[in-house]
Amino acid sequence: MSASTQEINNLINQEYKQGFVTELETNTFLPGLDESVIHKLSKIKNEPEFMLEYRLKAFRHWQTMKSPEWAFVKFDPIDYQSISYYSAPKRKEDGPKSLDEIDPQVLEAYKKLGIPLDEQERLAGVAVDAVFDSVSVATTFKGKLKDAGVIFCPISEALRDHPELIKQYLGSVVPHTDNYFAALNAAVFTDGSFVYIPKGVRCPMELSTYFRINAANTGQFERTLIIADEGSHVSYLEGCTAPMRDENQLHAAVVELVAMKDAVIKYSTVQNWYPGDKNGLGGIYNFVTKRADCRGDNSKVSWTQVETGSAITWKYPSCVLTGDNSVGEFYSVALTNNYQQADTGTKMIHIGKNTRSTIVSKGISAGKAQNTYRGLVKVLKSAENARNYTQCDSLLVGDQCGAHTFPYIEVKQPSAQVEHEATTSKISEDQLFFCQQRGLSAEDAVSMIVNGFCKEVFKELPMEFAVEAQALLGLSLEGSVG
Amino acid sequence: MLSIKNLHVSVGDKPILKGINLEIKPGEIHAIMGPNGSGKSTLSHILSGKSGYTVTEGSATYQGKDLLEMPPEIRAREGVFLAFQYPVEIPGVSNVYLLKAALNSIRKHHGQSEVDAMDFLTLVKGKVRLLEMDEKFLYRAVNEGFSGGEKKRNEILQMAILEPKLCILDETDSGLDIDALKIVSEGVNSLRSSGRSFVMVTHYQRLLDYIKPDFVHVLAHGQIVKSGGAELALELEEKGYSWLEDAEASA
Repeated sequence: MSASTQEINNLINQEYKQGFVTELETNTFLPGLDESVIHKLSKIKNEPEFMLEYRLKAFRHWQTMKSPEWAFVKFDPIDYQSISYYSAPKRKEDGPKSLDEIDPQVLEAYKKLGIPLDEQERLAGVAVDAVFDSVSVATTFKGKLKDAGVIFCPISEALRDHPELIKQYLGSVVPHTDNYFAALNAAVFTDGSFVYIPKGVRCPMELSTYFRINAANTGQFERTLIIADEGSHVSYLEGCTAPMRDENQLHAAVVELVAMKDAVIKYSTVQNWYPGDKNGLGGIYNFVTKRADCRGDNSKVSWTQVETGSAITWKYPSCVLTGDNSVGEFYSVALTNNYQQADTGTKMIHIGKNTRSTIVSKGISAGKAQNTYRGLVKVLKSAENARNYTQCDSLLVGDQCGAHTFPYIEVKQPSAQVEHEATTSKISEDQLFFCQQRGLSAEDAVSMIVNGFCKEVFKELPMEFAVEAQALLGLSLEGSVG
Repeated sequence: MLSIKNLHVSVGDKPILKGINLEIKPGEIHAIMGPNGSGKSTLSHILSGKSGYTVTEGSATYQGKDLLEMPPEIRAREGVFLAFQYPVEIPGVSNVYLLKAALNSIRKHHGQSEVDAMDFLTLVKGKVRLLEMDEKFLYRAVNEGFSGGEKKRNEILQMAILEPKLCILDETDSGLDIDALKIVSEGVNSLRSSGRSFVMVTHYQRLLDYIKPDFVHVLAHGQIVKSGGAELALELEEKGYSWLEDAEASA
C-alpha cells in the first residue's frame, strides 16, 4: 500500500461522536410481539378505537409476509420476538406540559447532540420535535406555529386531538400492505411527527424532528405524516443518532407526505445512526419507507438526504406524481465506510400530465463498504409529456469497496423523455498529491474532494444543515485516507 | 536554498537517478534539460514529495533542513512549489476555494491568522489580471474543462498567490501555444526575486527564450552530464542531446 493510500484509510476510520448512552428510568415492554402487545401499546398511548383496528389489520397482514431479499445487502435474519416494541423515559401520566417536566437527563442528551430544546437557545428559525426512543419528549415553538394555523405535534398527540386528519391521511400514501417493514411499522409504530399546513399558509419556520434511539434491544418505529394543503409551503428537517452498541438495532420508519394543489414540501434528512464499529459489529438497520404523493396539480415535493450512518440502509424516498404538472425531486448523498451497506435510491412514478422529476444521487464508498443506487422511473400511459432526468455518480475511496447502480426505467407513454447519466470515479493519488503539494493535509484534501463531489446535493439543503452535513462527511471519512 | 548531494532514486528495483549533485542559491534560475526518460520528472517529483520513489543514497537539504524527510504538505508550507506537468481536475471544488484553503494552510504553518476574505479577493483578482485570466476561472471547478494552456496558467496563478521560495516547473511549456507560453513566462518573470529560486524542467529550449536561466544542466541516464550557462541551451538546440549521451557513454 502506498503512502497516500494508507493516509486515505486512516482518514476514513474515525470514531462515532454521538455514541453515548443516557442512563434513565424507563417504561419498557418486555421483548416480544403478538396481538396483546399491540393492544397494550394502543392502550398506553390512549388511542382511538380505529387506530387499534388499523394496527391489528397491519399486524395480521405482516404475519403473512416475508422479509424482502432483493436488496444488495446482507444480514442475519432479524428475531422480531427479541425486540422490545416500546420504551419511554418515565414521566408523569399525561406527559410534560413544559420543558421543566422533562427528565433533565433527556434534555442533557439532546444538548450533547447539539439540539438544545430550550426555545431561547434554539436558532430562531427552526421548530423541533424531539423523539426519544418510542416517544416524543418535546416540541418547541408550538405557540408560534399555532398562530399561523400550522399543526406540528407528536403523532400520538395528533391521534387524540385531530383524529379526523389521521383517519383521512394515515396509510393513504404508504398502505399497511405496502411492504414488510411498512406493515410492521403500521402495526407497532410508537411516535413520530405530525404536520398539517393549512391552505395558502407558508410555514413561518423550518420544522425539524430529531430522532434518538437510546434504550438497548428496542426497535424504533416512528411514523411521520406531513400534509400540505392547497397552496401551502413547508420545509422539514430530520436528524437521527443512536448510542454505540454491539447488537444491531432495528429502525423501521414510515414517512408519508401529501402535497395538495400548488403545495410545496421540502424534506431534508441528515441520517447519522450508529454505523457499527470498524469491524462491522453493531449498528442500526435503517429500513425505512418514505413516500410522497403529489396529489394536487402543480404540487412539488423535494427529498434531500445525506446518509452517513447505519450498518445497513434500505430506503427509497419516492414521489407519486399524481397531479398534472407536479414535480418530484430527489437529491441524495450516501456515504458508506468500513462494513456499512447501503441500498438506497428513489422511485418516481409519473401519472399526471407534464409531470417532471429530477434525481441526483451521489454515492461514496470507502473501506470495505458496499454502496448501491437503486432507482425506478415509471411513466404511465396517462403521463403525457412527462420528463425525468437522472444523474447517478459514484465515488470510490480506496480499493476494497464497491459501488453498484440498478436503474429501472419503465415508460408507457411515447411522448415522455427520460435521461439517465451515470459516472464512477475514484479519488486518485494524483488528486491527493496535488492538494498536498498545495499545502493541504491528506485529510483536508479528501474532505475537500468529497465535498466537491457532493456539491450539487448540498446546495439543496437548508443552510444550517448544509454546514452540518459537510462536517459530518468529513468526520465519517476520517481514517479513510491511507 | 537547495543542496542536492549524490542523490540516487529508484522506482521499484529500477534506478532512475544515479548520483545527482546540484547547488541552488536564492534568486537563481536553473534549467534541467534532457532527453525523454533521463529522469527529469523523477527529479521534480522527488523534490516535491510524490510517493512511489525510493531514495537509495544521498541527500537533499532545503534551507538547512532534510527535505526528503518532510511530508509533501510540509514541504509545500515551507515554500516548495511544484507546477505540475499534468494538473489534475477536482470536480465541484472551485479554484478560489482551493486557493484559499492552500493559502490558509501555509499561513497557519507560519503562525499567521487566516486571510481576511476581502483582502484575499483583492489579492487573487490582482494576480488574475497579471496572468491575463478571466475572473470567471476563479469560480470554476479546479481545472475542470480547462484547456491545456488554461491549466498551466492556473498553476502559475497558484504560484503567484502562494509565493513559494523554491518553484519547480515540470515541463510547464508542454502543450502551450506561443501566446500562452509568453503569458506564462511573463507571469514567472514577474515572480523572480532575489529570495526566490526556480528549477525549470524542460525538454525544449524555447521556454528559455522567455525565461533566461542562470544555469543549464543536462540530465542523461540519471546523471547531470553537463552544466553551463544559458548558452548551453542554445548549443543543445543546435546539436541535440545525442553528442552528450555519446560522450557520457564513451567516458
